[in-house]
Amino acid sequence: MMNNSGAAIEARGLTVVRGGRTVLRGLDFTVEPGRITGLLGPSGCGKSTLMRAVVGTQAKVTGTLDVLGNPAGHPTLRPRIGYVTQAPSVYTDLSVRQNLDYFAAILQPGRRHRDARRAAVARALTDVDLTSHADALAGTLSGGQLTRVSLGAALLGTPELLVLDEPTVGLDPVLRRDLWSLFHTLAADHGTTLLVSSHVMDEAERCHRLLLMREGAILADGTPEALRTHARTATVEEAFLHLVDEAATSQENAR
Amino acid sequence: MSTANTPQQATATPQAPTGGRDRPGPQALSPARTLATAARVLRQLTHDPRTVALLLLIPVVLITLLRYVFDGSPQTFDAIGASLLGIFPLITMFLVTSIATLRERTSGTLERLLAMPLGKGDLIAGYALAFGAVAILQSLLATALSVWVLGLDVVGSPWLLLLVALLDALLGTALGLFVSAFAASEFQAVQFMPAVIFPQLLLCGLFIARDRMAPALEAVSNVLPMSYAVDGMNEVLHHTEVTGNFVRDVLIVSGCALLVLALGAATLRRRTT
Repeated sequence: MMNNSGAAIEARGLTVVRGGRTVLRGLDFTVEPGRITGLLGPSGCGKSTLMRAVVGTQAKVTGTLDVLGNPAGHPTLRPRIGYVTQAPSVYTDLSVRQNLDYFAAILQPGRRHRDARRAAVARALTDVDLTSHADALAGTLSGGQLTRVSLGAALLGTPELLVLDEPTVGLDPVLRRDLWSLFHTLAADHGTTLLVSSHVMDEAERCHRLLLMREGAILADGTPEALRTHARTATVEEAFLHLVDEAATSQENAR
Repeated sequence: MSTANTPQQATATPQAPTGGRDRPGPQALSPARTLATAARVLRQLTHDPRTVALLLLIPVVLITLLRYVFDGSPQTFDAIGASLLGIFPLITMFLVTSIATLRERTSGTLERLLAMPLGKGDLIAGYALAFGAVAILQSLLATALSVWVLGLDVVGSPWLLLLVALLDALLGTALGLFVSAFAASEFQAVQFMPAVIFPQLLLCGLFIARDRMAPALEAVSNVLPMSYAVDGMNEVLHHTEVTGNFVRDVLIVSGCALLVLALGAATLRRRTT
């Protein structure tokens, strides 16, 4: 079922129109399987729209977008993709465990999967370090804890592709480090492909590959080292700023 | 617990061609997912005992109030009381469902669920089952109190009253689900209650027999489902046996509920802008 290139995600001329405004302008990119790809750029540059297009919840998508060998949004993809929205999408009037139990029951319905579900929920709780809060009502948790519940729900089915929209916003440095090491474990041990968006540039260094976005277009695409070397800067943040200035200059020259 | 229990991990590479096939895929309606959804909705209610208390007690209190308002004319209490036993579940389930699904839409959980292998039918049937169960409990309390304590004079079987009440609850759930698609906030959602329910309340024959209304209004009342809900209640009130009219009323109310549920399903979009 894989396409010839073997990419986990492959986009050709990906365009999205929202409310009359073109949010993504003919993007071409690929995401390698089993790697962590960081999607970076300022807020409002179209990161979330791109992720929604990949998981198949975005309307008015044109161009080609293949995910795990199928067109994005194909029904067979739904159990294979874990998706964490920017705002935590969990039931605040259920406990953490009840939230995960329900989402696990959607992924693996039926009594014969009960043990597998219980194991999956226990593992997800450990992964996001919420075992001690398992029976707390989600509505009483802090913002960072709620983000982790949402992430835990996405980890449940051991998905082949994890699409994480700003998963580390509002988390303390220790937890951010732990989550990034979890992401690396998932990629290394399970071959999970991760597409992680962030507007915090220091997280870029932790990705295998980066897609730098600005105003609905891909500004640069490559490993963090390659981007730094290309722009002759010490950090990805500086490289990004350099690229933005370069793009602005070439835009002015074109006029 | 062995990790081999999870079929996903048994696959050597995530991109293997069979990667997605050993997992249960999405179907139009899966009983296990529907039941899980219904259980989840009920579990949410157990964390909100005040709502449960309000749902169960308000009809009981209002029907008691009605009984003593019409203390001097028991016939009026019989007619209005029976109708109200059908109208309570419709109104409360309409309100509860429209707010619950609106919250599901605005909190992002609906987007998560629709990105997962959950059929739209599972979600809707899950809600209908959960709120149907609450409606049964609500109607049992109100009907039992009315018939055995407040002396509501029913010629037919109280079980038939309960049946109509349950169908009314489903109709309310269906209407609430449908209407929530057009509400952007809770403020708008509650305003749909007077907009959708009140006209039906005025025209359903509760205040005056439908054939004594202006002909145009009678025609309108003929196509509103609540008219048949109230009519069904009155059939049970006056006849010992199951009448042809009662069967017609029950079929119309259930047909409307199913139709609106289908319309509600159409408003759940996997892809949104």
